[in-house]
Amino acid sequence: MKYVKQLAVILFISFLGELLNALLPFPIPASIYGMVILFVGLLTRIIRLEWVKEAGLFLVEIMPVFFIPVCVGLMDSWVDIAPFWFPLVVIVCLTTVIVMVVTGRTAQSILRRNKTEKKEERHE
Amino acid sequence: MSEILSSTLFFGVTVSLLTYWAGMLLKKRFRSPVFNPLLISVILTIIILLVLDIEYTTYNDSAKYLSYLLTPSTVCLAIPLYQQLTILKKNWKAILFGIAAGTLASLGSILLLSVAFGLTHEQYVTLLPKSVTTAIALGISGELGGMVAITSACVVITGILGNAIAESVLKLARIDDPVAKGLACGTSAHAIGTAKAMELGELEGAMSSLSIAVAGVMTVLAATFFAGLY
Repeated sequence: MKYVKQLAVILFISFLGELLNALLPFPIPASIYGMVILFVGLLTRIIRLEWVKEAGLFLVEIMPVFFIPVCVGLMDSWVDIAPFWFPLVVIVCLTTVIVMVVTGRTAQSILRRNKTEKKEERHE
Repeated sequence: MSEILSSTLFFGVTVSLLTYWAGMLLKKRFRSPVFNPLLISVILTIIILLVLDIEYTTYNDSAKYLSYLLTPSTVCLAIPLYQQLTILKKNWKAILFGIAAGTLASLGSILLLSVAFGLTHEQYVTLLPKSVTTAIALGISGELGGMVAITSACVVITGILGNAIAESVLKLARIDDPVAKGLACGTSAHAIGTAKAMELGELEGAMSSLSIAVAGVMTVLAATFFAGLY
């Protein structure tokens, strides 16, 4: 019964996300609205963690599997990509690496600075 | 063959799950990030469909039930995020600036490379939102006059690539803080990158989930400006 209740809550929030996506004029997907609703719900304790926990963490754990059909769909995209496949592949590969490194290094240097500042405060 | 299989409801789902399982076994056997279960599953599934001469739509009639769970599972990314609340509050500055730097790096590098390759404006705005999650990217691309089908393909390629190379790239760039690792995965490769971050750890996964939403919104805000530059 626990899982039925948890799934019901999760699917209901997904439904609310779909409603917001249909009603509001922004290009924001139902899943992101739903994620915000669940996060704010948990913060304000309107939604309790035990209402969603086990079923939710199971869905998160097997998430890569849900991407398989979309990714296999690339086999039909070749026709669209063919005219400029070379620059496209180079740009996609390079920028993905660049963004990963820039984000990670920027965040890491700020995190490290915070840590050393805190240590110095303690010594003073 | 294709006719029989198109009448079954479980062919596509079974192929997807079995190939993913094969990927997990390979990864376990060789303990190397090169063997990425998602990438292996996608490649094997495409090979199987091509060999058996089965259309994607036939496969997807069955496999779409996996995609159906994509929205609820993305919604549930809020759970690990909530469980990591103290870390989120403590490090908000690094999180915000990290994602902002990544978003600008994405838009800026696509601009420079598009100029370098002499792409048309249409091709440029098609690529511009490729690092954010599909639905946001399609909205931006459509708004700016891009080719939505290609944007969608680029988003997926970015995701698979990010998922496959994350462990190696993070190691080479000496990014070892779990918060920074998660932000890097989510900002560069949206939800498919987040699936990898979840494997790296719960904190990495939570930070990556947050990045999907924040980088998505930042890209919505900045893309129109960048579209005007070329």
